[in-house]
Amino acid sequence: MSESLQILPQVLIDGLVVGALYAVVALGYTMVYGVLEFINFAHSEIFMFGAFIGAEVFLLFKPMTGVPHFVPLIIGLILSMVMAGALGWTVERIAYRPLRGAPRLVPLISAIGVSFFLQDIVRMVWTAIRGNWQLGTQDLYATGISFAGAQIQVRSVMIMGIAIVLMLSLSIFVNRSRTGKAMRAVAQDRATAALMGIDVNRIISITFLLGGALGGAAGALYTMQYTVVNPYIGFVMGIKAFTAAVFGGIGNITGAAVGGLCLGLFEALGSAYLGPLTGGVLIGSEYKDIIAFSLLILVLIFKPSGLLGETVGEKV
Amino acid sequence: MSGIKNWLAGTLQDPRRAPIFAGALVALTSLFQVLAPFNSLAFLLVIVSMLVVGKAATSKWVKLGLAVLVTLVVIPVAGRQNGALTYLCVQMFINIALALGLNLVVGFAGLLDLGYIAFFAGGAYVYSMFGSRQALEFMPESLQHLFPLGGWWFWAAIPIAIFVAAFLGLTLGLPVLRLRGDYLAIVTLGFGEIIAVLAKNLDHPINLTNGAGGIVGITPPSLFGYKLDTTLSFYFIGIVLAILTALAMYRLERSRTGRAWAAMREDEVAARAMGINLTKYKLMAFMAGAAFAGAMGMLFAVKQNFVSPDSFSFLESIGILAMVILGGLGSLEGAVVGAVAVTVLKLLILKDLADFLSMTVKLPPAFNIPQYQPLIFGLILIVMMIYRQQGLLPGRRPTEDIAQLETRTPKKNTTGKSVGA
Repeated sequence: MSESLQILPQVLIDGLVVGALYAVVALGYTMVYGVLEFINFAHSEIFMFGAFIGAEVFLLFKPMTGVPHFVPLIIGLILSMVMAGALGWTVERIAYRPLRGAPRLVPLISAIGVSFFLQDIVRMVWTAIRGNWQLGTQDLYATGISFAGAQIQVRSVMIMGIAIVLMLSLSIFVNRSRTGKAMRAVAQDRATAALMGIDVNRIISITFLLGGALGGAAGALYTMQYTVVNPYIGFVMGIKAFTAAVFGGIGNITGAAVGGLCLGLFEALGSAYLGPLTGGVLIGSEYKDIIAFSLLILVLIFKPSGLLGETVGEKV
Repeated sequence: MSGIKNWLAGTLQDPRRAPIFAGALVALTSLFQVLAPFNSLAFLLVIVSMLVVGKAATSKWVKLGLAVLVTLVVIPVAGRQNGALTYLCVQMFINIALALGLNLVVGFAGLLDLGYIAFFAGGAYVYSMFGSRQALEFMPESLQHLFPLGGWWFWAAIPIAIFVAAFLGLTLGLPVLRLRGDYLAIVTLGFGEIIAVLAKNLDHPINLTNGAGGIVGITPPSLFGYKLDTTLSFYFIGIVLAILTALAMYRLERSRTGRAWAAMREDEVAARAMGINLTKYKLMAFMAGAAFAGAMGMLFAVKQNFVSPDSFSFLESIGILAMVILGGLGSLEGAVVGAVAVTVLKLLILKDLADFLSMTVKLPPAFNIPQYQPLIFGLILIVMMIYRQQGLLPGRRPTEDIAQLETRTPKKNTTGKSVGA
């Protein structure tokens, strides 16, 4: 047991880093759900696209050994945010806007279609330009430091720092700016917001732009953490981030952050300790994904409003 | 062009000319198929001719006769030379039954199920685990001489697979009862993934599924001592199962249960107010839909002679959803046509197109078309949702005309003394 306790700091730090990624992706789900009551199934693919853009930028700087690491990091982050934001905006324009007002399942099915479409387009494009859809990139900030018995990589600290900055700026934007106020108004009551002179379509577009940009940023951070990307990373990340959003209370920005961190910690603890706890019968890392799915199902059954969400009565 | 269209429409609606035209068309395409068994175009023409027969104004006996001719004579004869054709048709029947089953859950009851393939996997694995040497891995030694099960167990295993799949449907249905449409979709997706993860990892501590390696060497069914291990025999089993599924669906849609599902789909709150037990009907929908998938899973397992977690991915669930959406949610003809179209597209057209392109323009390997099924499924879903939500063949929902109901009521009262006097 003492042996398992020794790895605890390491496990917690790994969990927090992954959790921070979940949280940033979860923000995209939660914002769109707040405004449109719609699960943007394609958000996971926008994240994946961002990861590819980040990987390309990092690769571009790989031969330039003299350049300090923050240059590719910042350029990669900004570029993936811009491109993924634009993609999110475009997807809404093409595949969701014509379906506004249709039965709930219609835009959801369209979003599933978009998700598969984007996944394959990315695969096709990168197979065409690189000859391989799996893309490895350079290690950024791979040096490690020792802290409380844990080996912390500098990049883990940077990822968490950037994630916190992103979440805080989104929170400030939504709560303080004029556009943010309009967004909250649309989320609360679209018809009334329109009557108050808010351009609802513009606000929805901005929501998708912001959500996409956050997804793209998370993608670049993912690339930094794992250094290898492929078109299928979005699917599992998407489900987990959605779980995080639901767990924290969907539509609630703080909830997404809390949910993401909690889920990251649960998973890390589960993969590390499921094996020892069951006497080696179950191997934690293999059942890691089941932890997230089961959490999603349990939360939806027992507290569908999530940790910080408010219960909304069904509209008849 | 419009002249041809008018003539065709006129012929199909004329009760005297229609059967002759339909019969001639089927005879012609059948002849082409039999003479050129390897020609993909011939098979497509046969399918188109069957669609035309379906639209023709003739008695159902003529239609049935032509359908029997094509399925029991033409395809088997052509398939004797071109085994790939029979194989394609087996997969087509499996997909038809799966599309019908998913159509029950999504189209009749309005519950978007994104993990439907899990039930199919359940049926496939139940039979494979006991009908192969895999059973020796986990059964106690005293029982090992019974395994692998003999071929006649296949028939006994059908109800068992149906039961197991329905039980899986129940385990999915119970937790999601309170969930609304989109949440429900995500949970069913998670459920499907859980089943896939289990199939992949249950090779230890006890080796039940042989993990990612999958199970090979599955006992083919046998009947009265004959081993049914040819593609042609799977073809006939497939026809029977697909027809049974279609008949069951036809009856279910028009039953009290079917009407309750329709009410639930249109408005849950109103349905509950009308006294419909939502819990019961939601569970019934999940279980019934799952049951059909379970039975087809067994056929799939023996057809492939191999099951592995790869055959039951999320993409497969989406493929079936694409069939149902393409044909038209809630429409039986739609589900069948959607399944046929997607199967033919997947296994025939894409391959031929790729062969053709590789011979003519030499595309780089990145554009290997058959690899891009997800892209095509995705496009089908998007385009159908934006331009034609009701599908290619929207179902004529069985309607109860209120005016007719009113004229029916006095009849009852003719024997009574007075009406409300």
